[in-house]
Amino acid sequence: MSARAHNRGPAALIGRLRTAHRESWSVGDMIGVAAAWGAGLLLCLIAAAIVIYMMFRGLQYLSLDQLFSHPLPGLDQSKTGGFLDPIEGTVILTVIATAMAAPIGIGIAVWLTEYGKPSGLARGVESGIEIVAGTPSIVLAIFGLLVFQQGFLSFLSYEATAGVAFGRSFIAAGAMMSLIALPLVVGATREALNSVPRHVREASYALGKDRISTIRRVLLPASRRGIGTGVALGMGRIVGDTAIVFILLGASLNTEPQGDIPGVGLLQGTGSTLTTYVYNNSPAGEGNSPEKAYAAAFVLLIIVIALNFAVDLITRGRGPSWTRR
Amino acid sequence: MKPVGDQNPEQGDRTDRRAEIALGALSAAVLLLIAFMIVFVFAKAWPSFSHNGLAWFGPGGNVGDQLAAIFNSPANPDEYVYELHAWPLLYATALITGISVILATIISVLSAMFIVEFAPGWISAILQPVVRLLAAVPSVIYGLIGVLVLVPFIGNHIISQEQKESVQYVITLDGSSILAGILVLTVMITPIMVAITVDALRSVPRNWMEGAAALGVNRFRALRTVGIRSARPAIVAAAILATARALGEAIMLAMVTGSKAFSPNPLDGLTFFFEPAKTLASEIVDGSEGLSVKPFGETLYAFAAILLISSAFLSFSGWYARRAMRKYTLQAR
Repeated sequence: MSARAHNRGPAALIGRLRTAHRESWSVGDMIGVAAAWGAGLLLCLIAAAIVIYMMFRGLQYLSLDQLFSHPLPGLDQSKTGGFLDPIEGTVILTVIATAMAAPIGIGIAVWLTEYGKPSGLARGVESGIEIVAGTPSIVLAIFGLLVFQQGFLSFLSYEATAGVAFGRSFIAAGAMMSLIALPLVVGATREALNSVPRHVREASYALGKDRISTIRRVLLPASRRGIGTGVALGMGRIVGDTAIVFILLGASLNTEPQGDIPGVGLLQGTGSTLTTYVYNNSPAGEGNSPEKAYAAAFVLLIIVIALNFAVDLITRGRGPSWTRR
Repeated sequence: MKPVGDQNPEQGDRTDRRAEIALGALSAAVLLLIAFMIVFVFAKAWPSFSHNGLAWFGPGGNVGDQLAAIFNSPANPDEYVYELHAWPLLYATALITGISVILATIISVLSAMFIVEFAPGWISAILQPVVRLLAAVPSVIYGLIGVLVLVPFIGNHIISQEQKESVQYVITLDGSSILAGILVLTVMITPIMVAITVDALRSVPRNWMEGAAALGVNRFRALRTVGIRSARPAIVAAAILATARALGEAIMLAMVTGSKAFSPNPLDGLTFFFEPAKTLASEIVDGSEGLSVKPFGETLYAFAAILLISSAFLSFSGWYARRAMRKYTLQAR
């Protein structure tokens, strides 16, 4: 059996058996096959239409100085600047959220696969991750607002009125964003850990290593690829999310640090990302300048495609699975 | 599985034990977080539910006006306005989500069949990145294309003048419609379902299909009767995942459905699909500037509470569907 035939699916064999006996094709079957072809080609068509259209509009409206100039308020579209700050915001937010999601996600995945006792708790955590994965980001966003507006957390944003924190900052948005990426990191890491053969663990134990050093020295290095996939997928989700940024990043046009300490102030500050920039410049938002929205959306799409490509590079040669988790 | 032997058993055991407890605590924090989320959101939402009772879920009056009244509540806490009959929002959410998931299920099952069985090798090689791309495109880009291309197209070419006139005293039809929302949402959730269905169809044991072939049925029928049928739990799990995604979609729907808290009337015939609507999630986006107005904020948290409960319920049923699948030795991811 050639690998190619295997990739074509189990029923491909039937095609070759066709010569052995006559098949009867009813009209319904033929309509079904036609519908299947139609659906498959429709997907290709939609994807091609989206990419080509966005590329056309993007190249039409994108100019280099937009990438390097700050957005400015104004009514005249030629004077409202570019989207340097949203790009900056996207990068900062992605870094913060990934830096939180990756270690926590790996830790949870390690506990679930290597320890997992008591098993009731493990099952609870498993379904908990599932619930986090299923929670709409808009709900996470306003939950985050509730949390970060507590007075004692005002050091994470700034105090708006006495005792009430503003609740909107890069830290706040990043923390909630990390919850979006978390299930993807956990899923991919667990899968990678599970695929490490049992005898590898046993060999390490036989050398006198305990479980935690086996995990650190053997298992995690062996599942680098899986972890990389999960992190890259998570980053894709973070980059593309709008709702959390919209509610938790303060909706200011520019990146605006708070306080006097340079690095920390940035984290406490507000800003925007490419997604909210696109939203605000669309007819639905306040800015309503489609040209800017198209240009920023094009940049966003390129980032997402690049991340997608990174995942492909990492997972290359790992079988033809279609769900990447 | 416990490691045997250690150069310094006492100390090694202790570090290991400490690591186990630390990682376990980290994992348990997830449960704590979910508990917090549910308690916080419900506590915040409670005034809105308690003032309206079950009428909260019912129809009555104009939701847009009610929300405006809540937003403009007097500053005195005793005079806060809470009256709300959220039916149009719930209805629009269920309608848009339901129709999109049904459409996406049909399209994704058909295209998964196409990919697994009928597509020539090079087409299915193209389709894999295509599906991934469609799944990865941010919702705001879908929304942008929807609002700048699809909505004007529907408004100018699909809705006829008579249809616009037939409802002009109730609502203006400009293309921002349920139809636009359903179409874009279907495109957004189909790829997720395709990927899961393809993987499930591929993991159907080979000899089951061979058995069908030996009985002399054609490829389509073998796939339909054996492949699809044994992949059914995976398709259900995929549909549940897609429903959760559709339910929570806020930004895109806020952009293309016109964001009018309007209850589309099925009696209008085809025009029905051209009427605007507003879902729970997109109302939260639209109203986010009023979050600091106490009664209005609490009303928005009530919407969030409904979404939270529905998505938790969906997660559970998805988990259950996947467990059912293990019985058939089909691996779902």
